[in-house]
Amino acid sequence: MSVDVIMPQMGESIAEGTMVKWLKKVGDRVQRDEPLFEISTDKVDAEIPSPAEGILLEIFVKEGETVEINTVVGRIGAEGEKPVGPPAQAEAPAEAPAEPAPTATPVTTAAQAEAAPAATTAAPTPVARPGGAPVKSSPVVQNIAAEHGIDVSLVEGTGAGGRVTKKDILRYIEQSAGVAGAPTPAQAAAPAAAPAAVPPTAPPATAPSGPVFPSGQNEVREEMNIMRKKIAEHMVMSKHTSPHVYSIFEIDMSNVVARRNALKPEFAAEGVKLTFLSFFMEAIIRGIKEYPIINSSVDGDVIVYKKDVNIGVAVALENGLIVPVVKHADQMNLLGLAKGAADLADRARTKRLMPDDVQDGTFTITNVGVFGSVFGLPIINQPQVAILGIGTIVKRPVVVDDMIAIRPIAHLSLSYDHRIVDGADASRFMSTVKNELEKPFA
Amino acid sequence: MQTTYLEAIRQAIWEEMERDESVYILGEDVGIYGGAFKVTKGMLDHFGENRVLDTPISESAIVGAAIGSALVGMRPIAEMQFIDFISCAFDQIVNFAAKCRYRWGAGVPIVVRGPCGGGVHGGPFHSQNVESYFFNVPGLKIVCPSTAYDAKGLMKAAIRDDDPVLYFEHKYLYRRIKDELPKEDFTVPIGKAKLRREGDDISIITYGAMVYKALDAAEEVAQDGIEVEVLDLRSLLPLDEEAILETAKKTSKIIVLHEATLTGGPGGEIVARIAEKAFDFLDGPIVRIAPPDTPVPYSPPLEEAFLPQVSDVVNKVRELASY
Repeated sequence: MSVDVIMPQMGESIAEGTMVKWLKKVGDRVQRDEPLFEISTDKVDAEIPSPAEGILLEIFVKEGETVEINTVVGRIGAEGEKPVGPPAQAEAPAEAPAEPAPTATPVTTAAQAEAAPAATTAAPTPVARPGGAPVKSSPVVQNIAAEHGIDVSLVEGTGAGGRVTKKDILRYIEQSAGVAGAPTPAQAAAPAAAPAAVPPTAPPATAPSGPVFPSGQNEVREEMNIMRKKIAEHMVMSKHTSPHVYSIFEIDMSNVVARRNALKPEFAAEGVKLTFLSFFMEAIIRGIKEYPIINSSVDGDVIVYKKDVNIGVAVALENGLIVPVVKHADQMNLLGLAKGAADLADRARTKRLMPDDVQDGTFTITNVGVFGSVFGLPIINQPQVAILGIGTIVKRPVVVDDMIAIRPIAHLSLSYDHRIVDGADASRFMSTVKNELEKPFA
Repeated sequence: MQTTYLEAIRQAIWEEMERDESVYILGEDVGIYGGAFKVTKGMLDHFGENRVLDTPISESAIVGAAIGSALVGMRPIAEMQFIDFISCAFDQIVNFAAKCRYRWGAGVPIVVRGPCGGGVHGGPFHSQNVESYFFNVPGLKIVCPSTAYDAKGLMKAAIRDDDPVLYFEHKYLYRRIKDELPKEDFTVPIGKAKLRREGDDISIITYGAMVYKALDAAEEVAQDGIEVEVLDLRSLLPLDEEAILETAKKTSKIIVLHEATLTGGPGGEIVARIAEKAFDFLDGPIVRIAPPDTPVPYSPPLEEAFLPQVSDVVNKVRELASY
């Protein structure tokens, strides 16, 4: 009796995952719950435990491939059990696709080129790869292709099994040079002067989604990683969904500084570093309790007030950012908030976040001041309706009781969804936050 | 006049002994008998028994004495009658010669030289290539000349070097390889490779006697339009990484060829450096050609099967070219 291993759903909004690494080989014995493979999604990178004990019989999704959630990626069974090939996700080829079909001729590449743009918009279609084997090439070919903005699948490969060799791509460039420079998709879309000279497998005329610009010589082209693609997608979607409005408040941090200094030793004894972030979270929770509209979502014509206050904190990573969520923050004291945020940030940077850690946020904080910004105007993390940016804390001359004093000042900015949050609501919320932060330290 | 590889080594030693009184030779039968291969022929008569020392059959004692005299200012050339027996002097070379500079700041300017390599039906004790054993020892230099010119130039460079140099001369090349040598004094820098043939399609990185297998194979495949570049490393320590990466980046397809057995041979290190530092330039797997992991067989047909032959190289070149 065999058990299918599937690409798990790592969050409600996640549609696909990339197989980063198989931790077991076909034929290896695996225990139930033993880490079986590593995946990367737009939210987290995670190790996925085995659903059953047994022998890893088959692997259907190779490292580097991205598939939809619930796609069967492999199968576990008893010793001696025969592999039976992938499940009927499509008109399954009878043979197990351990090796991509060796008919990687221009026919398949053309089919693949057509399929690619469709997949991004079409309804979930199972990503089985019967004939759509990736084009085989090599590091140097990839490099040359990137340099010249060439789609390798358009180059005819003369190497073993249709592999595109360095000679092939250099010949392709030489031939194309006679036409009109490197044939980028953008240029190919424009009418070519001499259509007859275009290589036999002309690139498909896809509509570019961004601005079109010619491919130059002096540039480096780098494929976005999955996190970057998802961030790009989400940011555009958010700006498209919510009319953003901004309110900026200036906060006198003197009392927070005093309170922090007083509490620091106590927290240190607990092994917790008391950061300013915890105080901001505390103040925001107070504001949300008074103005629950800040902690809501929009569902069509319905405003959905969230009873839980789950605060996401944006953490910058080497190549992007991630927003782990402190759950039920309204039920925590300062120590709990500090511990929770520190733990999540640490796990975010060491890639140990669990899928659950990045879900169900109801409000987000982003610390733009870390990198020196006085304030920032962040984009709302959908489906939330507001996000708070914390600027850098700097000593400034300010007027206090008609005298000039030096005070540590921070700028807080709130970006909010004007569909349901008006300026007055936002300012009232921000005033509460401000008062909470500036309240005298007893 | 053409000079053989063997005569080139003899000339280099002779000329250096004339030039510098601290240079002397010691080893088994290097004096009266003139060396098993006659590399030191005539030296006893010319330089006298203070500078040409016949020793007992003890490689450890030969190298030990060389190190001791080097520490008090001499420049000894220690002969291993067959390089296979250098293993008897392993401790002296690895733990003393290679580490004196580090421990005391004292250089040990010795040359340990001897005939290496197969192809002459010498069997397991008289055919080995021992460079792999020493390739992992910081503090040593290793040279493996393939031409008479390099044999002379590298010997002179080795004698003049202030640190220990292992000089592996290939016995198959002794009388088969000849060059026209310049009259004037010259050296070949240690650590510098040399292109023996230029080509755009595939690089063969090799050294010693295998250089000729590579060149013959290159000649053969050139008839099919495959242009092979042959890089002769000449030195293994230090390795000429610059030259290795340059040819790797140029052709994108690389074969490393050596006569030392495969596992743990210098090829692994060369391949690793290319993979690390020129990965983006590769257009195929980096291929190693080396004898299998067995002792060198006595039986001539087996020895022939053991050693990489021109046909082996040609096959691999064709395979890689069509990859």
